[in-house]
Amino acid sequence: MILDKLPSVVELEEGIKVIPGASTIIATVDKLINWGRASSIWPVTFGLACCAIEMMTTGSSHYDLDRLGIIFRGSPRQADCMIVAGTVTKKMAPVVRKIYDQMPEPRYVMAMGSCACTGNVYRSYSVVQGCDSFLPVDVYIPGCPPRPEALLGGFVKLQEKMMKESWRWSPIR
Amino acid sequence: MEPHSVAERIREYFPEEVLSIEDFRDETTVTVKKESIYNICKFLKESSFLSMDFLRDVTALDWLGRKSLRYEVIYHIYSIKNECMIRLKVPVSDDDLYVDSVSTIWKGANWHERECYDMFGIVFSSHPDLRRILMPEDWEGYPLRKDYPAEGPQEEWRGFKEVLKKAEEYAKYEWNR
Amino acid sequence: MEQIKERHERELVLNLGPQHPSTHGVLRLKIEVEGETVIKCTPYVGYLHRGTEKLAEGMTYLQALPLTDRLDYVSSMTNNIGYCLAVEKLFGIEAPIRAKYIRTMIAEMTRISSHLLWLGTHALDLGAMTVFLYAFREREWILDLFETLCGARLTVSYPRIGGVRNDVSQEFIDSLYEFTNIFPSKVGEYETLIDKNRIWLMRTKGVGVISAEEAINWSLSGATLRGCGVNYDIRKKHPYDAYDLVEFDVPIGLNGDVYDRYLCRMEELRQSNRIIRQCIEKLPKGAILAPDAPKFTLPPKDKVLDNMETLIHHFTLITKGPMTAPKGEVYCCTEVPKGELGFYMVSDGTGKPYRMRIRSPSFVHVSALPALCEGGMIADVIANIGTIDVVLGECDR
Repeated sequence: MILDKLPSVVELEEGIKVIPGASTIIATVDKLINWGRASSIWPVTFGLACCAIEMMTTGSSHYDLDRLGIIFRGSPRQADCMIVAGTVTKKMAPVVRKIYDQMPEPRYVMAMGSCACTGNVYRSYSVVQGCDSFLPVDVYIPGCPPRPEALLGGFVKLQEKMMKESWRWSPIR
Repeated sequence: MEPHSVAERIREYFPEEVLSIEDFRDETTVTVKKESIYNICKFLKESSFLSMDFLRDVTALDWLGRKSLRYEVIYHIYSIKNECMIRLKVPVSDDDLYVDSVSTIWKGANWHERECYDMFGIVFSSHPDLRRILMPEDWEGYPLRKDYPAEGPQEEWRGFKEVLKKAEEYAKYEWNR
Repeated sequence: MEQIKERHERELVLNLGPQHPSTHGVLRLKIEVEGETVIKCTPYVGYLHRGTEKLAEGMTYLQALPLTDRLDYVSSMTNNIGYCLAVEKLFGIEAPIRAKYIRTMIAEMTRISSHLLWLGTHALDLGAMTVFLYAFREREWILDLFETLCGARLTVSYPRIGGVRNDVSQEFIDSLYEFTNIFPSKVGEYETLIDKNRIWLMRTKGVGVISAEEAINWSLSGATLRGCGVNYDIRKKHPYDAYDLVEFDVPIGLNGDVYDRYLCRMEELRQSNRIIRQCIEKLPKGAILAPDAPKFTLPPKDKVLDNMETLIHHFTLITKGPMTAPKGEVYCCTEVPKGELGFYMVSDGTGKPYRMRIRSPSFVHVSALPALCEGGMIADVIANIGTIDVVLGECDR
């Protein structure tokens, strides 16, 4: 409480304070961990269909995902977010689930595009009508395919969601 | 070279085997007997005059409701030298779904025939590797047949049911549940 | 001892995909290697099989158009054009000359954007990352142009049966003309990055060699076939749209390896640019829809809302489709960036296609992948996947 009155304390974000020179950060554990997680979302490179092209575009120079701390990882073991970008077919569903199961906690799922959200126009024998039937989806991004800005918006929504979590770092729920 | 003259040449060499020749929108369709398809394709490919060396497509059609010959296997064959295309058609009946494979003549036919088998259940005899290609190996039914519902059968595919079961089981380990 | 030796000398089976950054989607390969040499390669496809052909059977000719966007989602414009040409051939109508020029123009724009994506990802797979960033910069310009034209970036549905949806604006034309001025120098820029790069040459020259006869036997098409030295381009042999009214060259390779196919595609970028320029300069005035096209095209929305007859017309089009389809079957092929895309339409006289068969180039190209890979090194498998320019949406349909 005294610290609050010190003029040298720098408030990085609401609830996170740094004392320069003292190598000290003052925050709740929740806040700090969430802040760290939200600023370094590492999605697994995993394209299914059309939306994967827009996902690639979002990662390229024009939209530049790296500035949000988002770096695509080749392996699900190193990732903490999965973008289901495209139509999930029944043949593909076991594979998608397996990739999700390989990811370590904390993990998040984004359903990108109408196909991943609801199945889109493909009401056919081979298409899963929405990937939330077998995956816990955190953020839905509509569009066919969503624009890169929409994907960026989805990431911002996911960050907001991450910041609201509490006790996710603890084994006790 | 005109496609119709190719058709006439096929009739010249195989008078017994050609059932009909039809023209529609500058394309010629030659319907031939099932037993002779391999020989006709071999002739088309190896004849230096015709040199139909490029197989564009092999597919099938399901005329549901037609009594005797329900299916048709269709070959689109093109000649790069002569710049002309011909369509061969083979009627196949419901109780004898066997057609000779042409994959030894054109290697490109291999996957088209596999797809035909996958989607229509037409069996290509002496095909090197006749498995399902687009659908999972243990899928039941042939999706492009006209009596197959577009939304899929009532009974879900086994593999997808397993995924749903697994998802339900693992849901209790999810953090926010 | 014997047993141990046997166990050590067994070949190794590797699984590549369906989730792998360089399989361009959901392609799965089972590769058997002996040391570093691939002795058997078996592709598995179907992980993106969406049942497009089955769905199209339940739709009218107009409604099936958006499904074709999502086949080869990198070059949706050319897919639309291929479908429209097939339906036009079936109905026996022809687009007016202005629409033909517009179609040719946008088809070539799509070719540029598709080849840029191919170049970026292919180079990225082989270790040259900068090319990806450069290529996507110009691709973004093309996509912005598509957006000014029809409001969508990727899945456009812009061409219509018997023409195109709306006329091009002056703003679009100006921006495109500026693009054609700048683009050749950009192609040169990509080439300075990799054309003479030693790593690039080592990884592409003499890799994935296929002879001309083999390539024809495997039914390869497009730049993959032309890289082997076969002069087969549908735009030249059977011109559609305005391709017989513009001048362009078809680049042909010599050795049939990955490098020659790369050179072919790079030259195609320049040729496409040339075609677009000619189209802009020659663009005639006139109608953009064929006079009998209203049978197939939805009336404008504002007229539907206050004109009774238009509303009825709209209603019958949606529910029944054009009732004038003649009985018959057509096969119509177009040269898309990947190769030869064919639509085989069978009509039974109703407003819906009885069967819509899509002959996709990627499907054929993936089937020839074992011929390219077997006998080569395991690292070259990635180069071979890149060089056949495969899009799985089109391969699995």
